[in-house]
Amino acid sequence: MTEPAHRLLGMTDDEYESVITILDRTPATAELAMYSVMWSEHCSYKSSRGLLGRFRSNYPWVVLGPGENAGVVDLGDGWLAALRIESHNHPSFVEPYQGAATGVGGILRDIFTMGARPVAVWDPLRFGPLSDAHNRYLFSGVVSGIAGYGNAVGVPTLGGEVEFADRFSGNPLVNVMALGLLKEEQLVTRAAGNAGDVAILLGSSTGRDGIGGASILASASFDEDSGVKRPSVQVGDPFEEKKLIEACLELYDRGLLAAIQDLGAAGISCATSESASAGGMGMDVDLDAVHLRESDMTAGEILMSESQERMLAIVEPDNVEAVLAVAEKWEVGVSEIGTITDGDLLRVFQGGEEIASIPAASLSDDAPLYDRPARRPEDLDEIWADAPPLPDHVNLPDVLLELLDDPALGDRSWISEQYDHMLFLQTVVEPGHDGSLLRIKGTSKGLAVSTDGDSLRCFLDPRRGAKRLIYESALNVAVTGAAPYAVVDNLNFGNPEKPEIMWQFIETVDGMADACEHLNVPVVGGNVSFYNETDGVDIYPAPVVGMLGFADPMPENPPRLDRAEEGMEIWLVGPESGDDFAASAYSRVLLDHLGGRPEAVDPTVALAVVAHAARLAPNVPVLHDVSAGGLAVAIAEICIRSGIGAALDDMAWELLLDEAPIRFIAVTPVGTDLGIGNVPIRWLGVMGGNRIAFGRHSSVPLDESTRVWREAIPRRMVG
Amino acid sequence: MRVAVIVFPGSNCELDTVHALRLLGAEPDLVFHRETDLSGADGIVLPGGFAHGDYLRTGAIARFSPVMAEVERHAAAGTPVLGICNGFQILTEAGLLPGALVANRDLRFICRPIHVRVESTDSILTRNAEVGRVLRIPLNSYEGNFVLDPSALEALNDRDGVLLRYSDSTGNVGDGSNPNGSTNSIAGTTNAAGNVAGLMPHPERAVEEILGSSDGRVLLESFVSSMEAIPA
Repeated sequence: MTEPAHRLLGMTDDEYESVITILDRTPATAELAMYSVMWSEHCSYKSSRGLLGRFRSNYPWVVLGPGENAGVVDLGDGWLAALRIESHNHPSFVEPYQGAATGVGGILRDIFTMGARPVAVWDPLRFGPLSDAHNRYLFSGVVSGIAGYGNAVGVPTLGGEVEFADRFSGNPLVNVMALGLLKEEQLVTRAAGNAGDVAILLGSSTGRDGIGGASILASASFDEDSGVKRPSVQVGDPFEEKKLIEACLELYDRGLLAAIQDLGAAGISCATSESASAGGMGMDVDLDAVHLRESDMTAGEILMSESQERMLAIVEPDNVEAVLAVAEKWEVGVSEIGTITDGDLLRVFQGGEEIASIPAASLSDDAPLYDRPARRPEDLDEIWADAPPLPDHVNLPDVLLELLDDPALGDRSWISEQYDHMLFLQTVVEPGHDGSLLRIKGTSKGLAVSTDGDSLRCFLDPRRGAKRLIYESALNVAVTGAAPYAVVDNLNFGNPEKPEIMWQFIETVDGMADACEHLNVPVVGGNVSFYNETDGVDIYPAPVVGMLGFADPMPENPPRLDRAEEGMEIWLVGPESGDDFAASAYSRVLLDHLGGRPEAVDPTVALAVVAHAARLAPNVPVLHDVSAGGLAVAIAEICIRSGIGAALDDMAWELLLDEAPIRFIAVTPVGTDLGIGNVPIRWLGVMGGNRIAFGRHSSVPLDESTRVWREAIPRRMVG
Repeated sequence: MRVAVIVFPGSNCELDTVHALRLLGAEPDLVFHRETDLSGADGIVLPGGFAHGDYLRTGAIARFSPVMAEVERHAAAGTPVLGICNGFQILTEAGLLPGALVANRDLRFICRPIHVRVESTDSILTRNAEVGRVLRIPLNSYEGNFVLDPSALEALNDRDGVLLRYSDSTGNVGDGSNPNGSTNSIAGTTNAAGNVAGLMPHPERAVEEILGSSDGRVLLESFVSSMEAIPA
C-alpha cells in the first residue's frame, strides 16, 4: 500500500482535511506542496505560536517586534538596529559545513530585507563531547562553514558561545544571530503595494537543492537513516549573497522598490504568499519565468526549492528597467516572475495553465495551531533531590587546572580566530569577553551583544534556568558598557509531541518572559526549533538568548579582561552564596554529575546589579561576569588575559567554585570608589606576581594555567 | 591627493580602506571594476575581500577585470599602487609583484593581530617607517601563505624587495612567529621600482587606538605621502 501524498510531505490527515475545507475541493499537486511546507512546524510555529504571546514587545523604542523578518529598535538620531536569531540545527548535523554556512546566509537576508546593512553575526553552538571523532568533525565543519561563508560575504562574526554535552552528539545545535544598522528612512516593508506592480526574483537560480528542507529536515526527528536527507540541505554561495546585498542596498538607496521579501524556508511559495497577504493583495506567478538551474524541474520543486541567495522584489512598472540595470551591474540573476493583483488569490501558472489558485493568506493565517499537552516530568523531584555530592575539601590548584582544560571554559579563540571579527572598523571589544562592543561610526553610540545558553541548568529547572539566562545575558552586556535594550531568543527543544518536552518549553517561555519584564527589556524576535531528537533521545532544553545592549555615549575605554595591572584590587559585586552547585562546571567536570536544583534569582537584586555594572563600566578597567566555573575561573581568566597573577584572601573553596547567579568581578586601581549603595560587595584580593594564589596555602603558576587554558580546544582537535 | 579604491564584486574592505585613508587626509574614491579610466588618480588601492568570490584561485578572475589594464598602465608609469590582502593576491596574480599566496599552513582561516618587522623602507608602503620597527597589525586571511621559488626569492632579497616579515613582539623572526607558513616569513613585498607594494596584514584595521592598535598608520601614511612625492 502506498502512503498518501500529503503524508509523504509531512502533513497529518487532519491538516489535509483542513486544506480541503479551505479550498472546498481536493488540492492540486502544487497546492498540496505549498500547504505542506507553509504549515510545517518550522514555518508555521503551530506548536508554539499560541504561547509566544507571553513575550512583551510594546516598548516605546521598539519599531518592529516579533513576526517580522527582524525586530527593529530605535537608537535615536534617526538610527535603527535590526536583529534576529535563527537555528540551522538539522541541516548542520546532516552536512556541517553547508548547514552552518547557509544558516549565516539565511539570517543575513532577513536583516537586509529590512533595508539594513548587516554588520555583525554571532554563533551560539552546541555539540557532543570532543572525545568523539564524529563530534570533532561536526564542530570543525560547522566552525569552518560559518567562517567560510561569513568571511567571504563580508559580514564580521563577533563570536557566540559553545557548550559540549552528551545529548548534543546526535543533534548539535547551530544558532546564528545577526545585527543590522539602518537609518529610519531606509526601513522597507514586505507588504506588496498596488495591482500591476511587478514581482522580480533576484539572485541565484532556482535548483533542486533544499527541497522540503523546512518540512522534511527541520520539522521531524532524526533516526539512523538521516544521511539520506542530505539532498534536503541547501548549498550556499557567499559570493552570490555578497552581490545580492550590494545590489539590494543600492536598490533601497535609489528608492526603486515598493517592497521586498527574502526567500528562505519554503522558497517561492512562502515569499509570494507572504508578500501578497501582507499587502492585502493577490499575486499571479509564472513559473516559466523563474531562472532555473535545471530545466526539467516540476512545479512543486520550483515552488518548494530552498535554493539560497534569492530575494523577491516588488517593483512599480516604471522602475522595472532601472532594477534590471542594477542587477546587471552587480551580476545578479534576475527574472520577472509575477504581477500583483487585486483580490486575495495567489495564482500559479506553468506552461500557460493555472496549476494553483489559493487564498494567499491561508498559507500563513489558516495554518494549524496546536495546544499540545504538557506534563511535569515524573522524575523531577528525584532530580532536584539529587544534589551534587560535594567533598569536604578540594585541591584548588588541581581543580582550577581541570576546569581551565575544559573546552567550554578554556580559550575559545580556536573558534573566533577563524572568523573575521574586525571588518567595518567597528569592533571595540572583540570575541573572548563577556560581550562584544561595536561602535556606530560617526556617532557617539555603541552596541553590546551577548549570546547565552545554559542547557544543563535549563534541564534541571527550565523556568529558573531561563530566567538566569536572561539576567546573565543582561549582566554580560552591562559589564561590556551598555544597558540591556532588546532580546531575541532561540528556543531549541526536543519533540513537542512529548508532554514533558512541552512542559520544558512552557516553563522556559514563562521564565524568560518574566525576567524580561523585570528588566524592562522587550523581546523583539525569536525562533523555535523543535524535534531536536535522534533515536528517541531529546536534547537538553536549550533556550539561547541574544541580548542587545545600547550605550550613548559609548564608554571610550570600556572594561576588558586584559586591563588588570599589578597592585589593582579585586572585588566581588553581587550576592554571595557558596552552595549553588547544581549544573555547575565543578559538578560537570569534576564530579560528572547532573542533579539538584539551581538557585533562583531575586529580580530586585538582579536589576540593581545589572544597573550598577553599567554605571561602573566607563570608569573601571576590568569588569567580568561570574558564570561557569565560578569565581576561580573568572579570576583566572582575568589573570591569564592580563598576564599577571593574583593573591586571593583565604576563603572556603565553595565560595570560589559555586555558581550563584548575578555577580561580577571588578578589578580597580587602589582607592577607586565602587559607589555600591545597596549592592553587596566583598574584597577578594589583589593582582600581582606570577601565580594565582588561594590564600597562603595553595597556588598555581600563571604560565601553567595559561598553557592549559590555551590548549583546551586545540589539543582535542589534533588527530 | 585622490586615491582610487577599486571595488570588485566580492571586495569587502573597500569602505574600511576609505575610512582609514580619509583619517590620514587623503581623498579616496570608490571605483567599480568595470571602469577603464583612472586618469584622475594619484594613487590606487586594491582592498581586501574575495574579488569574484576568489573562485578558481584568489585573484585569478579579478586580474582580468576591465580596470586592471589601467592599474597596470599606472603601475608602469610610477603611480603608487597598494594591494592589501586580497589586493596583494591580485597584484601577484597580475604579475605586478612576484610570488603567490596559497592556503595557510594549518588550513584554517586566521583573524588576529600579528607582528611584522619592517625590512626595507625603499617603497611607497614603508618610506616613513624605520628598518627593524615592529608593528602590530591584524591578519585576516585563509590564503595568506606567501610562496616563491628559490631563485626568485634570492632576486627579491637581493633587490631589497621584502618590506615586512612576520615576527614576534620584539622583532625576532622565526617559525614560531610565522602565522601561516609564508616563505621566509614574508608578509609584504614591493616591485623593483618601489611604487607597487602588497601585504597580507590589514593596515587599515590599525589606524585608531580604540580598535586596539594604530601601528598601521605609518604604512598608510607612507602611501599617502608617496603620492605627493611621486607625480601621477
